[in-house]
Amino acid sequence: MKELIKKLVETYGPSGREEQIREVLKAEIEGLADEVRVDTMGNLIALKRGSGEGLKVMLAAHMDEIGIIVTHVDDKGFLRFAPVGGVRPLGLLGGRVVFANGTVGTIGLEKREPEDENKIPNLDKLYLDVGAKDRESVPVGVGDIACFQRPLADRGDRLMAKGFDDRIGCAVLIQVMRDLEAWPHDVYFVFSVQEEVGLRGAVTSAYGIQPDLGISVDVTGTGDTPEARTMAVSLGEGPAVKVKDGGMLAHPAVKNLLVETAEGLGIPYQLEVLERGTTDAMAIQVSREGVPAGCLSIPCRYVHTPSEMVDHHDVLNAVKLLVAVLSKPIDLG
Amino acid sequence: MLLRELSEAFGVSGCEDEVRGVISEAIRGRVDEVRVDSIGNLIALKRGTGESALKVMVAAHTDEVGLMITHIEEESGAIRFRPVGGIDDRILLSKLVLIGKERVPGVIGAKPIHLIKEEERKQVVRVDQMAIDIGAKSKEEAEKVIKIGDYAVFATEFCPLTDDGLRTVKGKAFDDRAGCAVLIEVLKERYPFDLYAVFTVQEEVGLRGARVAAYAIEPDVAFALEGTICDDMPKKKDVSPTTKIGAGPAITIMDRSFIADRGLVKLLVETAEELGIPYQFKQPGIGGTDSGAIHLVKEGVPSATVAVPCRYIHSPVCLLSLEDLENTARLMKAALGRLVTRRFVDS
Repeated sequence: MKELIKKLVETYGPSGREEQIREVLKAEIEGLADEVRVDTMGNLIALKRGSGEGLKVMLAAHMDEIGIIVTHVDDKGFLRFAPVGGVRPLGLLGGRVVFANGTVGTIGLEKREPEDENKIPNLDKLYLDVGAKDRESVPVGVGDIACFQRPLADRGDRLMAKGFDDRIGCAVLIQVMRDLEAWPHDVYFVFSVQEEVGLRGAVTSAYGIQPDLGISVDVTGTGDTPEARTMAVSLGEGPAVKVKDGGMLAHPAVKNLLVETAEGLGIPYQLEVLERGTTDAMAIQVSREGVPAGCLSIPCRYVHTPSEMVDHHDVLNAVKLLVAVLSKPIDLG
Repeated sequence: MLLRELSEAFGVSGCEDEVRGVISEAIRGRVDEVRVDSIGNLIALKRGTGESALKVMVAAHTDEVGLMITHIEEESGAIRFRPVGGIDDRILLSKLVLIGKERVPGVIGAKPIHLIKEEERKQVVRVDQMAIDIGAKSKEEAEKVIKIGDYAVFATEFCPLTDDGLRTVKGKAFDDRAGCAVLIEVLKERYPFDLYAVFTVQEEVGLRGARVAAYAIEPDVAFALEGTICDDMPKKKDVSPTTKIGAGPAITIMDRSFIADRGLVKLLVETAEELGIPYQFKQPGIGGTDSGAIHLVKEGVPSATVAVPCRYIHSPVCLLSLEDLENTARLMKAALGRLVTRRFVDS
């Protein structure tokens, strides 16, 4: 599965510019689904039909990642930019970014007054340098979007890369598609777009699918690093079953379904209460007349930086848990 | 001039009937069906030639930012108010306003400079510390002409500033009466598809009209027409002016509310280049328009926003170039004409 993960995280695909990652995903799910389509927003939707006795289940993982969008090219060939999703100045400085056409740039910082030197600069103090000598030689323009450029580092159990949020969820979905053997449900695997800018792909895909049950697979933060914000989730202790985040309360029946399945099979799991941030499940939950929804999270350190970190076993256990959930009849009460 | 009528019409969010009236009159005879929906959107259908089965929605919002009366002081009769939509407190003091349908004139009183202490000058007077003075002696007298919940608009007369070159005009509410003027012009022509021209309400308070209109119409493609931020005054740093006056219609690639459909952006750019119409990209990441609501309706709608650059929007007086306005209308007419003959959505 590491090979798949490496391929997914190293592919370009910021919000709104998901063409390249969508093609990679499409190739990976070739032959694994009964139907595959791309909807108006660009969501990749694959249906695996069940025996006909189950529910309509929507599994969602977003294919987009955070990035920056060019707002201005100055006379000397330096670029200004705005965030695409939750990009923070501390994660950008000195980092490298890459555009769809392969142009690479690095982020620089304007001079600062002595009294500001210990403060975190605002994004408008940063600029992008693509190595151009003047405006004319800049190979990108206003509106072009870049994402982090960083190869995956395999440290055995632990993996480091940009874009685990949420390519790791995409990898889990693909592995579930591969591993399912017999299942009663019609399962819609949705690789959604524009999650990082407002769960937008999930809004329209959930409306189109009208599922009976929705589960998103995304990353969540951890509390296991030095002086971390308190959070009872750690790397390597199993996938996290969401109870609540900044945008939703998981449907208790969905939370219980995940917990009881994990306990029944002895799959390690953790419970997640995330103070800030949310996932596609929030949009699915309030689609049309409402959908029982929850989320299975992959614990991830340093989310939204160029070097996010996950534990390989958490990923494998997430796959195992989802396959088990989907392989039996579901009663949401 | 139609833009004068549109600009001077009274139409704060939630109170758009006067603007709706001006527009209804202006589009009479140019459209096949007109209706006003439950939230107040004016929806005009211009049937196509029958060549295309597409349903295309083009939206411009009728509402403007303004004020609402919230309280009249017992003793002084001072009229307290709150903003409707995004207004910077600092632009309010000493402005003339018109309250309610009867357009009762008033002024947002400012303390004379003689009475302002050194440290006070560095502070922003907050909107809740301001009052409108209509010259009434008491609460009782004020209440004869004003009620809580009445809206107020800036008392700004439309006026041309330059007759040649950019042909600049000044007025209030170009955001988005400029878009309304463009949409009215677009309706002069017939297109291959059914065109739903939607003059939306309550954009400034959360894209509310566009959302329900798009839900009802279920368009295949949508455009929002706007009057947008133009910050092209000289700056210390070489950074984006957001848009530049005189540089043509501004096409949005991404703002806070949506990411424009790439096929539609391509259609607009190609059309402008082939016809020699100047165009510019609006600074990405700033503002939001009706497209933000429309593109997420039901299973999603490919959407784009095109805007006339307007200096000083959301203030009592804005400036725009009639050249930009006319070029925006030219671009929209030509792009809509090509919508079905060109591949406009990436597969």
